[in-house]
Amino acid sequence: MEMAEGILLTIVTAATPLLFAALGELIAERSGVLNLGVEGMMAVGAVTGFAAGHVTGLPIVGALAGVIAGAAMGGLFGIVTLVFAANQNASGLALTLFGLGLSGLIGNSYAGMPGLGMAHVHIPFLSGLPVVGSVIFAEDPLVYVAIALTIAVWLFMFRSYSGLILRAVGDNDVSANALGYPVLRVRMLAVMFGGACAGIGGAYLSLVYTPQWTQAMTAGRGWIAIALVVFGTWLPGRIAIGALLFGAVSILQLHAQAIGLGIPSQFLSSLPYLITVIALVIISRNKALLKVHTPACLGRTFVPDS
Amino acid sequence: MRRILVAASAAGLLIAASSGAQAEKLKVCWIYPGPHNDGGFSQQHDIGRLDMEKALGAKVETSYVESVQEGPDSERVIERLARGGCNLVFTTSFGFMDPTLKVAGKFPKVDFEHMSGYKTAPNMATYNLRWYQGRYVEGQIAAKVSKSGTAGYIVSFPIPEVVMGIDAFMLGAQSVNPNFNVKIVWVNTWLDPGKEADAAKALIDQGADVLVQHTDSPAAMQIAEERHVHAFGQSGDMLKFGPHAQLASLVDNWGPYYIKEVNAVLDGTWKTHQTWAGMAENDVLVEPLKNMPDDVKKMAEDTIADIKSGKLVVFSGPVYKQDGTEVVKKGEVMSDKDIDSLNYYVKGITEKLPGK
Repeated sequence: MEMAEGILLTIVTAATPLLFAALGELIAERSGVLNLGVEGMMAVGAVTGFAAGHVTGLPIVGALAGVIAGAAMGGLFGIVTLVFAANQNASGLALTLFGLGLSGLIGNSYAGMPGLGMAHVHIPFLSGLPVVGSVIFAEDPLVYVAIALTIAVWLFMFRSYSGLILRAVGDNDVSANALGYPVLRVRMLAVMFGGACAGIGGAYLSLVYTPQWTQAMTAGRGWIAIALVVFGTWLPGRIAIGALLFGAVSILQLHAQAIGLGIPSQFLSSLPYLITVIALVIISRNKALLKVHTPACLGRTFVPDS
Repeated sequence: MRRILVAASAAGLLIAASSGAQAEKLKVCWIYPGPHNDGGFSQQHDIGRLDMEKALGAKVETSYVESVQEGPDSERVIERLARGGCNLVFTTSFGFMDPTLKVAGKFPKVDFEHMSGYKTAPNMATYNLRWYQGRYVEGQIAAKVSKSGTAGYIVSFPIPEVVMGIDAFMLGAQSVNPNFNVKIVWVNTWLDPGKEADAAKALIDQGADVLVQHTDSPAAMQIAEERHVHAFGQSGDMLKFGPHAQLASLVDNWGPYYIKEVNAVLDGTWKTHQTWAGMAENDVLVEPLKNMPDDVKKMAEDTIADIKSGKLVVFSGPVYKQDGTEVVKKGEVMSDKDIDSLNYYVKGITEKLPGK
């Protein structure tokens, strides 16, 4: 495989778990709920995905198990913050810690085992194209799911009636409630979807990316996903670009080291995070750009008056 | 009322007496930097602990705390162990050095052993393994097996222990192919499968066809298997992650060492030391030798035997620094002190060491 193809391939797969988790968090945040527990949900998705894949021998079952486990974690968050109206930030952080610990507990008996991996799907004619061929048309199935999900989320949010309700709830929960829309139900579904996406993002790590289970193998990707939602100004297309950018910088810094450019590795290691922060600062400077798409009720607790 | 008091104090004395009888068992405790079943570094320590338990049976009682963060927070964990009645505490990573020293000062009656550090106290010893001996053998194998003449080395932090491994690997490779190349990537973590896999992919894309790692997960081995190149495992046998890829694994065999130390404490002969064991004591193994031609396997076995007997000394002259200065003359041998503080690359490595 040519080096350029190899690098692009690695970038796409590195961006995929981030994209999954960020898209899920996007839907949750668009409904007005700030869920900081993405890292915990990804970890639980990773361990359940690995366990289910290991028990059944089918990676697809593992992926589905990751989805269900993630949705369950999202549902837990929903109960705490929507039903019991707890503070969203604190609950999200607690969810992260809980998820990381729970995944470690479940994963105890699965450490040190090789995972399944997923065979790449080669689309017949298109995968023969130079450069783009193997990068876009010969990936593992979950990469295609991620691409499809980006398009589906965009269509849902901007071309469907339900998406309109979602955005309305996120922008003005009081008015939406007055108009008769079930605010809490919409938010609960959004948060569960967010959890499901984080779950499959985590399952991607333990089933395909590095097919194994290790404690804390999510390594902070959940936090990057949350940052990516802001980076993408709550638009799915921009989030995808952000995920690719972060993946690209992460991979290219390793190549820079291997080539022997002489830049200190500690600096290069921090580069992906540094670039994300710089990008966030640049975006936030344009307050108008930020205001347009930021859900106005983000993080606010809504208690329907009974 | 008085009857209750008498009964309570009698019960109290009974409990004290019985726990006093239990104090006969030596309590030996470990802290690991990672999970006890990480398939690598921490797991090998745990296997050593279990080996010791099996050998010494009823005389000891063991416990461990896993996934302890290196740095100041570990002091809290070590102190809890010392306070909780441990008689001998093994702290198994470089980053536990200063916290162990601090707690050793507070608990003079407890014995401590710190792995891979250089600070000691009357009740604190250090121990380490001459992994670099294994790296030399790996270098020789790599130079023989590699078609592209380039190896990829995935490493964590630029501490002397890691640098000496890279240098020894290079010396071993150069003894077979003086023009051998090694590409080095620092991932700044001991355990992060995703990053290690990314580093492996980057190195393979850059032309390396033998991978070496000084990190703890089998992720690089899996990538090597997927990309049909070779790799060396680390700490534990990673063959099941790379059945066609793994040439050998640098295995830490802690059992014999732990048995020796615990026996010393039981005998009352334990005192502080700075031990650096290696192939000669059977603590460092390079095995199983697979996926290579028979003549390469024979060469590796011969080298291992020579290192074990002392016939071959890894850092024996001539050794040149990257810029060409001669640091060890022909016929001389680098002192342990110099190896332990190694902070430069040997000639033949074209990259720069981070922080220099």
